[in-house]
Amino acid sequence: MTLTAATDFVAAESARGRGGGGPAPTRIVVAYGFWIFLLSDFVLFSGLFAAYAVLRHETAGGPTGAELFNLRNVFIETMCLLLSSYTCGLGALSAERRRPERFFVFAALTFVLGAAFLAIEAREFAGMVGKGAGPGRSAFLSSFFTLVGTHGVHVTGGLVFLAYMVAQVLVKGLRPPVLRRLLCFSLFWHALDIIWVGVFTLVYLIGDFH
Amino acid sequence: MLGRLTWAAIPFDQPLPLYAMGVVLLVILAVLAIVTVRGWWPYLWREWLTSVDHKRIGVMYVALGLVMLLRGYSDAIMMRSQQAIAVGSAQGYLPPDHYDQIFSAHGTIMIFLVAMPLVIGLMNFAVPLQLGVRDVAFPVMNSISFWLTAAGALLINVSLVIGNFARTGWMAYPPLSELAFSPDVGVDYYLWSLQISGVGTLMTGINFVTTILKLRCPGMTYMRMPVFCWTALAASMLIVAAFPVLTATFAMLLLDRYLGMHFFTNDAGGNQMMYVNLFWAWGHPEVYILILPCFGVFSEVAATFSGKGLFSYRSMVWATLGICVLSFMVWLHHFFTMGAGANVNAFFGIMSAIIAVPTGAKVFNWLFTLFRGRIVFRTPVLFLIGFMVTFVIGGLTGVLLAVPPVDFVLHNSTFLVAHFHNVIIGGVVFGALAGYNYWFPKAFGFTLHDGWGKASFWCWLIGFYLAFMPLYVLGLMGMTRRLEHIPDASWQPLLLVAEVGALVIFLGILCQIIQLYASIRTRAARRDLTGDPWNGRTLEWSTPSPPPAYNFAVLPRVETIDAFAEIKRRGVAAAPEPAYEPIEMPRNSPTGFILSFFAVVLGFAAIWHIWWIVILCALAMAVTVMAFGWSDFRHHEISPGEIARLERARLAGLPS
Ligand code: HEM
Ligand SMILES: [Cu+2]
Repeated sequence: MTLTAATDFVAAESARGRGGGGPAPTRIVVAYGFWIFLLSDFVLFSGLFAAYAVLRHETAGGPTGAELFNLRNVFIETMCLLLSSYTCGLGALSAERRRPERFFVFAALTFVLGAAFLAIEAREFAGMVGKGAGPGRSAFLSSFFTLVGTHGVHVTGGLVFLAYMVAQVLVKGLRPPVLRRLLCFSLFWHALDIIWVGVFTLVYLIGDFH
Repeated sequence: MLGRLTWAAIPFDQPLPLYAMGVVLLVILAVLAIVTVRGWWPYLWREWLTSVDHKRIGVMYVALGLVMLLRGYSDAIMMRSQQAIAVGSAQGYLPPDHYDQIFSAHGTIMIFLVAMPLVIGLMNFAVPLQLGVRDVAFPVMNSISFWLTAAGALLINVSLVIGNFARTGWMAYPPLSELAFSPDVGVDYYLWSLQISGVGTLMTGINFVTTILKLRCPGMTYMRMPVFCWTALAASMLIVAAFPVLTATFAMLLLDRYLGMHFFTNDAGGNQMMYVNLFWAWGHPEVYILILPCFGVFSEVAATFSGKGLFSYRSMVWATLGICVLSFMVWLHHFFTMGAGANVNAFFGIMSAIIAVPTGAKVFNWLFTLFRGRIVFRTPVLFLIGFMVTFVIGGLTGVLLAVPPVDFVLHNSTFLVAHFHNVIIGGVVFGALAGYNYWFPKAFGFTLHDGWGKASFWCWLIGFYLAFMPLYVLGLMGMTRRLEHIPDASWQPLLLVAEVGALVIFLGILCQIIQLYASIRTRAARRDLTGDPWNGRTLEWSTPSPPPAYNFAVLPRVETIDAFAEIKRRGVAAAPEPAYEPIEMPRNSPTGFILSFFAVVLGFAAIWHIWWIVILCALAMAVTVMAFGWSDFRHHEISPGEIARLERARLAGLPS
């Protein structure tokens, strides 16, 4: 088979749009695989959301959500996380345009905002435990701490991931493999936002009403 | 320092498990000694332990599954023997505490560490070859998947000597599995082993969805994929959608047990039925994760050995996808007796009956594929026919159980036990064994002995009917499952028949071992020189047996379904030597092996509450992942000259 015949074949098959265009390039494969991972993570969270929905009213005589939640704090928390997604996006764009200095600035901003989110969450948790409303108090609190805490663990993992990627960029520069990993990081960070929107609505907003 | 681990953890007072473990340890030590004396470590390390080649990983998965089948079978025969003799005043030889661990271990091991590795192993081996590509999307992650599964297997077996295993049944329902009622380490062994191997399985799912959807050779459109790839895709999608639910559920139970939370406890508002719901939201898709790839194997076997294309490929694909979706809508049939009410039960009963429709369509497709084919009766075909008969019976009893009023009578009886063994042995085990016999020559370059293969088939088939048909009757007579003592002497005759059946199944396993041994002994005479011993129809048979590490020197171009059959029909074999291009292949990586080593130690330490080891291992795992994530040069290149040399050597060996 000559080379042109092979290229023609692939071109014709791609044009048919039935998936016959041959193996996808690495960048696509990596991002696609990471998307599937994120989907599986969403499924994991859906299990925790379901548990929370079932156990929400099982306070066993202990405090309810309305008594515990402080919407002002949660609002600040949410703003930190949403802003960090914005800076993360700017960082990704800077990386795409091979502007490492700007990337570092946005990465630092993202990190600080993420850390602020975690600090507020940790303070909220500590306050609740201090009031005797820890995860062992009632089924409601078990599911609350687990759902929100799992998200927090993800954010912590995201911060480690971010620091690690900054180190890679520092040492190796914005090479294609590093860019691929950065792409995965951005996907991960934005996904955490989506989960948080669910947490914010289903846990805090609805919880505060009842 | 060592948490709750003390010498009391080793059951010195129970000679049976100690002797068994002593023997196993001796065997392991002997193997290690031989490997060391012969100087095989470098070879093992290079070619297997650190291999990221999907074919090698597939072989290791299947080997793991077959070894664990021996363990699972030992548990089964112990239960059968206990039930056969512990009738009336006789107490048998197993105390209840021990018996309960055995049925829990049997179920857990058979599902997670026999059936899953066998099925995933076949997927690993065959899918990239069938898709005409060189490896899976993420080869190192694939190796991590395998080693995490092996880690789970190791951890479960450690529970034999150090501590004990769960006594809760393989589903570990709370509140029994909660700290209040299972305070010792048994349930923790269960949870940690399954969490570790479950993460491995999830990674396999991600890997194969990506591979099948994004890496196919030119021209391999969706509707030209072999059916086995479709079923592997369906199973992988189910893994991605279902396994995280299991992980979350087990995490909640772990939190209950370790941090005093109240997800499923009796007090403080916990809800046990939530566990049961979540467990089966994973559990029902799981049975399709197991059976769909086996349907795929049977489709390949039916087409190949009857020498014609699969009957109604399209309906096979749609039936597979239909089952995939429906499998998420039936989970409640595992607990109709929960009391959800007539309407809920009716819905799930009807859905369960509906899922039998696509399955039935498949059976007709296989039948019509065989119909008027020139069937070559090799071992895989016998398994296919045995499967079609047996699985239909199992499916029918399943539809019976899907009728809520019937289920109220038969729930948790041995009728149920008979039903699920009927579909699991008749479907998954037969499918895995058919696949093993079918692809063995591709993996090792020589065929398996057909006579011993057929002998093993007949023993499995007859043994299965003898062992499980009596359980249907016993279930109707009122015998419940998990009985360590038989109160009603009129059940004994049928239990004795079941005992004989289990022994006949053992003969089947024995025949398989002999088959392997005899085939290796006579391998020179049974070499597969053409790479196509069965006159196959799909691309894996266009490669030499065993295929080179890179599978295809030039990626094939596919223009039809059953691509290799088409190539043979057109007779384009003697093409001039193509101009080879350099091939990039993933390098070996110890990442999977190292990660799993730490995972085993972490799991063990967590079970025994040795927190400092847990922390150290978690850090070590993080460092391992980061070290891997740092490297940019994960590939090595095979030069065109090298490929040409290998390919010429292969052509020179072909019979003319
Ligand atoms: C090799 C032949 C096999 C024999 C003789 C056998 C026998 C048994 C027996 C006697 C029980 C206990 C029934 C009871 O509770 O009354 C059992 C339970 C079970 N078996 Fe098997 N089995 C075999 C193969 C398998 C396979 C291949 C699988 C799955 C891949 C499997 C999965 C299970 C499960 C999930 C349970 C339920 C355990 C529980 O009660 O928690 N078995 N089996
Ligand atoms: Cu089911």
